[in-house]
Amino acid sequence: MDYNDISTFSQTWGLVYLVVMFLGGVAYALWPKNKSKFDHAAQIPLEDD
Amino acid sequence: MTRETTAKAKMPLDGWVIAAALVIGTFYATLTAARTEDPVMSVHAYIFAGAFLLGIFGIIKAYFDTSESLATQSADAPIEYDLKVVKAGVIASVFWGIAGFVAGDTIAFQLAYPDLNFDTSFINFGRLRPLHTSAVIFAFGGNVLLATSFYVVQRTCKARLPGVFSSWFVFWGYQLFIVVAATGYLMGATQGKEYAEPEWYADIWLTIVWVVYLLVFLGTLWKRREPHIYVANWFYLAFIATVAMLHIVNNLTVPVSWTSSKSYILFAGVQDALTQWWYGHNAVGFFLTAGFLAIMYYFVPKRANRPVYSYRLSIVHFWSLIFMYIWAGPHHLHYTALPDWAQTLGMTFSIMLWMPSWGGMINGLMTLSGAWDKLRTDPVLRMLVVSIAFYGMSTFEGPVMSIKAVNSLSHYTDWTVGHVHSGALGWVAYVSFGALYCLVPWLWNRTQLYSLKLVSYHFWISTFGILLYITSMWVSGILQGLMWRAYDDLGFLEYSFVETVEAMNPFYWIRAIGGAFFVIGSLIMAYNLWRTARGDVRTESRSLAPEAVPSPVAAE
Repeated sequence: MDYNDISTFSQTWGLVYLVVMFLGGVAYALWPKNKSKFDHAAQIPLEDD
Repeated sequence: MTRETTAKAKMPLDGWVIAAALVIGTFYATLTAARTEDPVMSVHAYIFAGAFLLGIFGIIKAYFDTSESLATQSADAPIEYDLKVVKAGVIASVFWGIAGFVAGDTIAFQLAYPDLNFDTSFINFGRLRPLHTSAVIFAFGGNVLLATSFYVVQRTCKARLPGVFSSWFVFWGYQLFIVVAATGYLMGATQGKEYAEPEWYADIWLTIVWVVYLLVFLGTLWKRREPHIYVANWFYLAFIATVAMLHIVNNLTVPVSWTSSKSYILFAGVQDALTQWWYGHNAVGFFLTAGFLAIMYYFVPKRANRPVYSYRLSIVHFWSLIFMYIWAGPHHLHYTALPDWAQTLGMTFSIMLWMPSWGGMINGLMTLSGAWDKLRTDPVLRMLVVSIAFYGMSTFEGPVMSIKAVNSLSHYTDWTVGHVHSGALGWVAYVSFGALYCLVPWLWNRTQLYSLKLVSYHFWISTFGILLYITSMWVSGILQGLMWRAYDDLGFLEYSFVETVEAMNPFYWIRAIGGAFFVIGSLIMAYNLWRTARGDVRTESRSLAPEAVPSPVAAE
């Protein structure tokens, strides 16, 4: 395992890793089941008094 | 009910632990003071020993003063938020803010008129410059983040901070770090790493304080009565956790000896440079961005009295921001010994950061949809909104400057300084000022600020100052960059270095004058906040919208 192997690995699998994490985040945000939870959460700062 | 009740006349656990640690610390610091031959270490060992003794005294005094009231809380009573430490954080923010702004304007005048260095090492530009950056970023910004995070996490979790003395340990421990760092700079102690100048012992102390901060924050989340963790807390948590990681890795140094103030970093050459800018850029990304975005996500909805525009967008904003920022650091090392692909990687991630940055900006600004009229009547909201606009502007400018072709012109010039200050003054300071204007009436239980007119004066005077600052630095920076790269017909450099310095002098004066306006604005704020805390209200002719004032105790 030399420098080239490491840089090749990080330049390919790093891309896959970040794209997967991004898609996961978007899916979590847009998942229909989570909508009511997020609608409630948005009100948290306003409801405390 | 997860709230703890402290039994009568019993010292809380964290009081014992902190007191014991402070006793050990006092002995160790005294021993170091006795053994060291290093003048800097000697001064700092005495400061540490004195501060630890004061801490022990403070714990004993607080125990005798408050053990009665601590004992009588019943579990069913409404939550009594721990607001005293937030108040202390607000006061410290204003104090360090003014100190840091004055230090900054002093060095701006030193650049315009070098005689102001007075031929003394203690207050020359080289020592005052890290004093300024640390004072504004870590002392002012850090205290704002401490105060607001302790406030927001309690209110949005509906839970009190855990422990009795832990949050105070974080607060005073952090002030001690600031004092040690600042006095160290003036005495010439530095690691030579930008934004990480404090020497090894100060770094270890900050690590201890920071871990307790993380534990207090996590403890509050753990005790929460609100099932969902509000997005502002995610940003605060990312700020606290990432700063801990960055601070530890970038300060892996070996001290010359246990009684020496000097240390050497483990990494060498380009590895050290990359570690430093991985740290340096994420100090921007996680200290000055994520932390202050948390302020935006709480205080803008609160002040506008509307929920955040899109909660879903805030989630995508959060995760994409933290996954991308961490890779952007190499753009500080374009055209250096860093491998070319790593430079390109830094540039690419910087450009991709446009998306989360502007997503966040849109989310903050659109929170006002349907409430835009409040901008006319509420100068505090105006300050918050302008801070978001500056956030958008500087996060647009930053990626442009990270492009290698642009960077070859902009790097090492005043353009960078101007860019940093459009973010620091326009975004970080303005969102902080907005939060402070909100917090003081809430914390001191006042129905309104002393004067909204003075907020308006603050806003216009300091905005004028910022504009002078950044426009002069754009001109000066581009001028400087173009003069450096100008060749004559024979291929020789057209200008000597000193000619470029001379050409920038008028802009240095404009920048220093702009900075003075900013200082004047912050003094107006300090006066206004002080009168507000006292409970004064100024009679003003223009009727302005009454402010939303939550009661400090949630009634459920």
